[in-house]
Amino acid sequence: MAFLEISNLQKDYAGNRVVENFNLAVEQGEFVSFLGPSGCGKTTVLRMVAGFETPSSGMICIDGKDVVDLKPNQRNIGMVFQAYALFPNMTVAQNLAFGLKVAGKPKAEIDATVKEMLALIKLEELGQRYPFQLSGGQQQRVALARALAVKPKLLLLDEPLSALDAKIRVSLREEIRAIQRKLQITTIFVTHDQEEALSMSDRIVVMHKGKADQLGTPFEIYNQPKTRFVASFVGTINVLEGQVLDAQTGRFSLNGAELNLGRSLGNFKAGDSIALALRPEAASLGSTLGKSAQLTGMVQDVNFLGSVIRVRVKIGESSLSLDAFNQPSVAPPKAGDTVIVSFAPEELLLLAN
Amino acid sequence: MSMFRSSRFWSWIVLSLGILYFALPLIGTFEFSLRMKRGEYSFEAYRVILSDPRFQATFMYSVLMALLTIVMGVLLVVPTAYWVRLKLPRWRPVIEFITLLPLIIPAIVIVFGYIRMYNTSSIVPLTGTAFGTDILMVAGYTVLALPYMYRAVDTGLRTLDITTLTEAAESLGAGKITILAKIILPNVLVAILSGAFLTFAIVIGEFVFAALLNRPAFGPFMQLIGANRAYEPAALAVIAFSITWLCMGLMQLVTRLQKHTQVKQFR
Repeated sequence: MAFLEISNLQKDYAGNRVVENFNLAVEQGEFVSFLGPSGCGKTTVLRMVAGFETPSSGMICIDGKDVVDLKPNQRNIGMVFQAYALFPNMTVAQNLAFGLKVAGKPKAEIDATVKEMLALIKLEELGQRYPFQLSGGQQQRVALARALAVKPKLLLLDEPLSALDAKIRVSLREEIRAIQRKLQITTIFVTHDQEEALSMSDRIVVMHKGKADQLGTPFEIYNQPKTRFVASFVGTINVLEGQVLDAQTGRFSLNGAELNLGRSLGNFKAGDSIALALRPEAASLGSTLGKSAQLTGMVQDVNFLGSVIRVRVKIGESSLSLDAFNQPSVAPPKAGDTVIVSFAPEELLLLAN
Repeated sequence: MSMFRSSRFWSWIVLSLGILYFALPLIGTFEFSLRMKRGEYSFEAYRVILSDPRFQATFMYSVLMALLTIVMGVLLVVPTAYWVRLKLPRWRPVIEFITLLPLIIPAIVIVFGYIRMYNTSSIVPLTGTAFGTDILMVAGYTVLALPYMYRAVDTGLRTLDITTLTEAAESLGAGKITILAKIILPNVLVAILSGAFLTFAIVIGEFVFAALLNRPAFGPFMQLIGANRAYEPAALAVIAFSITWLCMGLMQLVTRLQKHTQVKQFR
């Protein structure tokens, strides 16, 4: 049995099912992210694990023990909130000591743990400050240390970086991951930011309309999206509509061109419409060696993003975005130019509807 | 420019009239209270009042009642306001309305209700003993102070993210009583003290409850002196006003001294 086992979890609010048949097994020391848009149910699942919401049905086992009937303060779970939630009447050190005092730990142990936690978040000098005297990033580090001070079995992070500015967000996510690796604490991280999820997680659960659409490593989620939603939510993707010519050999037509996926098209049969996804970085402008599929189109617009130039090309009825590296010596194409777009058909991803 | 000058002129006129309206009676009362000795100003009326054993007894009785009312009010209002904000936010307008009722229902109605409910021939004959009547007094004063105490505490709670703080504390192992005592109460202390000083000011001069329940409080004493003496009532009025102002001043002071509320000044 996995360290955290969630089985058939469901949650209904006034007749609306907000979490449907959610299953997940997380191993000890693993960092798993729940990724999805607002209202997809990711925070609800997290809050059910924490005990702040009661499941309508299903089971949540932590370290082999069903915790569904336990109150939040009996679950030994550390939680970090988006709004920091530091106690404003307490100093940083008092905040860190709070959980230990509640647990009735001896003073010497509390003092030692507070010192250890301050060192962990590199805020040794700020123990006597009040939360209002800290920056947002510092407050969130204190909130993380406070959650870790009680040595929880499970760490839950509910969009902890959302309230911070971009630069702090990047440095803090690296810090959180480093601390998690150092302590080997099993962690669930809720976010709607794909970059955060991709860069921090061992595995990602992409959630959509209360269901887990796909569970996999960041590499799998990005490169092998199983559904149209996962493909469009994680990264930028082009979804192209094709028609099956021969499902067995993988032949299909795309805007009049006949292409071969190089693998079977599964349950589809000749004449069926199929949705195929292609990442912008998988396509290039002009004929390229090893990219046998070549389509002609017209440049719709060009976005200069610094190291990368994103070009949108209209091919037949479809629109396809592609990324080209910036080359200072070569001028980018202009809107209205006729160009050839090439890609390897094997890199097309067949999406389930 | 001339319009600006003219509006400033009228502002000063209105302000002066306001000050005269409020200050003149007070100045007059104060001046009158100093004229007990013929032909000279003195604090004789104050000396007489302050050395009167009935003043000391009734004042101390009312102070005790006020303190008990504050304790009762805090125990009743803080958990209620916290729970309503946390779990029953839809009930807030109803609770607010209920807490405002003492402003609409006259104290005399409440006290007659109490006498009817708790007289010596009732199931709970509280008016039969002095101690029982004191319990009724504290309960009645708590009701009278409810609009001020509830509003003060609720406003204090509004500045906090009650739900998240509660959840954070729960995830750290704390129960509801610990959360109330260690997190909620200290964070609304200024609001509680505001409510407490208002309660003190109300209770210290309250007349209706004390007179009808026949308890030796400061309010009936003031009435007694007022009906029988000339200069002492004026001195008493000035003392009573001073107590109220002292309470208001303390409210301001506490607000400024509270360390962690500096956050509001920073932002």
